[in-house]
Amino acid sequence: MIGQSTVLAAEFPPSVEDFYLPSILPWGAHDSYWFTKITLLVWVAVAAIIIFFLVSNRKPQLVPTKKQWLAESLYGFVRNNISIEMIGPRGVAFAPYLTTLFCFVLLMNFFSIVPLIQMSPNSHIAFPAILAVISYVMFLYVGMRHHGGFFKYMKAALIPPAPWFILPLLIPIEFFSTFLVRPFSLAVRLFANMFAGHMLLLVFTLGGFAMISANAWLAPVSLVSWLMTIALTGLEFLVICLQAYVFTVLTASYVQGAIADEH
Amino acid sequence: MILAEVVGSTAAIGYGLAAIGPGIGVGLVFSAYIQSTARQPESSRLTLPYVWIGFAVIEALALLGIAFGFIWQNLVPAS
Repeated sequence: MIGQSTVLAAEFPPSVEDFYLPSILPWGAHDSYWFTKITLLVWVAVAAIIIFFLVSNRKPQLVPTKKQWLAESLYGFVRNNISIEMIGPRGVAFAPYLTTLFCFVLLMNFFSIVPLIQMSPNSHIAFPAILAVISYVMFLYVGMRHHGGFFKYMKAALIPPAPWFILPLLIPIEFFSTFLVRPFSLAVRLFANMFAGHMLLLVFTLGGFAMISANAWLAPVSLVSWLMTIALTGLEFLVICLQAYVFTVLTASYVQGAIADEH
Repeated sequence: MILAEVVGSTAAIGYGLAAIGPGIGVGLVFSAYIQSTARQPESSRLTLPYVWIGFAVIEALALLGIAFGFIWQNLVPAS
């Protein structure tokens, strides 16, 4: 079993074990992952999003306050630039879910660069996997409802307008790419981005400590290493926003594919 | 006689190889976007979602490389 690492005294080549944080609820319990910092961060993210949107839309005004403006422009961005642009006029119906998804993924990712938190729940495969399953079930359900039944949807999704002799090749490929690869890649993309980002920051931070403790002459180099950490945090911010956007856009595009009439 | 010896995980080499293809692919996506925007600047907003989708789909290969490197790192016995 993977043991718990003590965060500050982690040894230099960072490993997967650095992602298993100490337990909180049975304080410091060994090999207990029921309530860790990760769990706490997920609940904080959920509570923050609910409270933010409730408070900022409690008394909506014609001339919006700052908070209302922020909430409205978040929703407006997802509705206009993702839902309607990807799905079309019918995309307005999906805008509330996509906005929630976008805010949730963005906030969960953003925890990975907030000082003193610096750990994203999305760097564990479980959370992106559940989000991907929700998107998967949603586009399957929407597709079946639009085409009227399981078999009609399968026919629309799997059988492209092609000569009959190429169909034995095309149908397995379509099935593989639509129903197997899509949820898997959706989950793994978000997970691996957050995982790799955290790992990169760990390598440069812990590498600085490793060099400065190995040889005092390497102290300037470890300073460079820590400066790199700051630069990479900036890069990480870019990746965070991009991945939240990409996750939402891909969900919207899968829904669009499910309700498209022609292939 | 041992001429050269490599210690550690060969997953690092594997990931380096796995990153070549997505590197070229992501470069192609953005070069195509820059070219199309330079030729027809008013199409820049129209093509942007497809840029990100294409980028994400290609980048998934490199990210699978990261994930599988960690998943399979213990399968090969370290000699």
